[in-house]
Amino acid sequence: MTQDYQDGNALAGPLAELFAVDVTAATGRCVSCGDTGRVADLRVYGHELGWVARCPSCDHVMLRLVRSPDAAWLDLQGTLSLRVPLPPS
Amino acid sequence: MPPGQYLTEDFPVLSAGPTPNIPLDRWEFVIASEDGREYRWTWDELLELPAEEPTVDIHCVTKWSKLETTWRGVSLDVLMEDVETTADFALAHSYGGYTTNLPLEDLLDGKAWIVYEFEGSELAPQHGGPARLLVPHLYFWKSAKWVRGIQLQEFDELGFWESVGYHDYGDPWREQRYQGD
Amino acid sequence: MSARIEWRVATLAEFRNETATARTLLLDVPGWPGHLAGQHVDVRLTDADGYSTQRSYSLGAPADGERVELTVQKVPGGEVSEYLTDVYSIGDPIELRGPVGGWFVWHPSRTAPVLLVAGGSGIVPLMAMVRARRQARSRAPFRLIYSVRSPADQYFSSELRRSAVDDSGLDVTTVYTRSAPPGATREPGRIGGADLERYGWPPQFEPTCFVCGPTGFVEKVANTLVGLGHDPRRIRTERFGPTGG
Repeated sequence: MTQDYQDGNALAGPLAELFAVDVTAATGRCVSCGDTGRVADLRVYGHELGWVARCPSCDHVMLRLVRSPDAAWLDLQGTLSLRVPLPPS
Repeated sequence: MPPGQYLTEDFPVLSAGPTPNIPLDRWEFVIASEDGREYRWTWDELLELPAEEPTVDIHCVTKWSKLETTWRGVSLDVLMEDVETTADFALAHSYGGYTTNLPLEDLLDGKAWIVYEFEGSELAPQHGGPARLLVPHLYFWKSAKWVRGIQLQEFDELGFWESVGYHDYGDPWREQRYQGD
Repeated sequence: MSARIEWRVATLAEFRNETATARTLLLDVPGWPGHLAGQHVDVRLTDADGYSTQRSYSLGAPADGERVELTVQKVPGGEVSEYLTDVYSIGDPIELRGPVGGWFVWHPSRTAPVLLVAGGSGIVPLMAMVRARRQARSRAPFRLIYSVRSPADQYFSSELRRSAVDDSGLDVTTVYTRSAPPGATREPGRIGGADLERYGWPPQFEPTCFVCGPTGFVEKVANTLVGLGHDPRRIRTERFGPTGG
């Protein structure tokens, strides 16, 4: 079986277009299996049509991102929560 | 050629998830009508149905087009023959969880097939084998790989890519790539 | 980090061949905002037909004004890597976006011990950390374990040999998986727990571990490190997909 995915680090560029914080360092919880992990450790498929990030434990789709010439669509239905580390205020 | 497309000789592989491994003795194809009736075919039953060999051009929304590709499979007209329905819409679903939506009329009248051979060889898993939907008059994401069934319904339910920005219908000649195109 | 990132035009200033199939590109990027060791960039190529495709590449060196360094491994049939290693010439433009990634990074202000484990072309972001350490005259204890098939597949060979001698507090071990150079004490073979124990840090030292390479390599090394008692929260990984073509 060939590996046909990259890891969540590949989302850093496309997500940096949308967010001021680095989302790949955030911790997400999978809707399907409840596991938590860094966005950087998700399994990322595609990118030609869009980025599809799956839970490394159960393969459930946690994040989808489509970029058209003039818009981005972001779907986080598969992510129950996202913990974003911030510098202490 | 539809607008904005370029020709390729390759057959690029685009994927949204792991390639499912489907043993043929467990494979089945199911058409479910809006009232809950199900019409099922096993792999052997599919192969026994009359086959066609369409030669068609395919157009991917990522801008490659491939001309005169030859497939072998069963026309949806054959599969739909005994299905009683008044539904207007279809949602194709695949092993691995992929979905895509189409008007039912776009699957009928010689416009769509369940194919299991490509250029004379069995359809490779990375291209959707053992069997995929082939709807060549729409962008190729509508031709669901690893197809498992078709749900007929009275309402239009958005599929995997259609729900994150891709066009509901996806006509390459009208360049319907994204919502609003 | 800037909130907005944009595609910039980069031009090739110099290149170096690392191996028969890998080339280091030195690019000039006007307006480059600087970056941290371990960050990467997206590279976008667009052909005359308007067909466009992009890939992520790790930055191989710390920021040097508007000059950035990438090392590209040629992937057979990989349209981007074949272009960048065979066709792309001095003065040619490409589009580049970055830097991105805030997880797989090493800050020169950190003093904790660091274990770097590289598989093949996974050395690139880890080399950026080795170089950033030298540039900052950091005294953080570093150990690098670099797994490659054979001496011919090694990137940055002479620099790593020099660094192992000159950079105090840096240990470099190369693990050969297929063929080792004459005089090597370790039999060729895949990296295992014994290698990570012998050439890495004991878990009690609480090192930050950076593991980069192909997916299978990264999974195996990360799992082995956890098995040896390293805290999973201190293990940071970056995997190269096959779509890295």
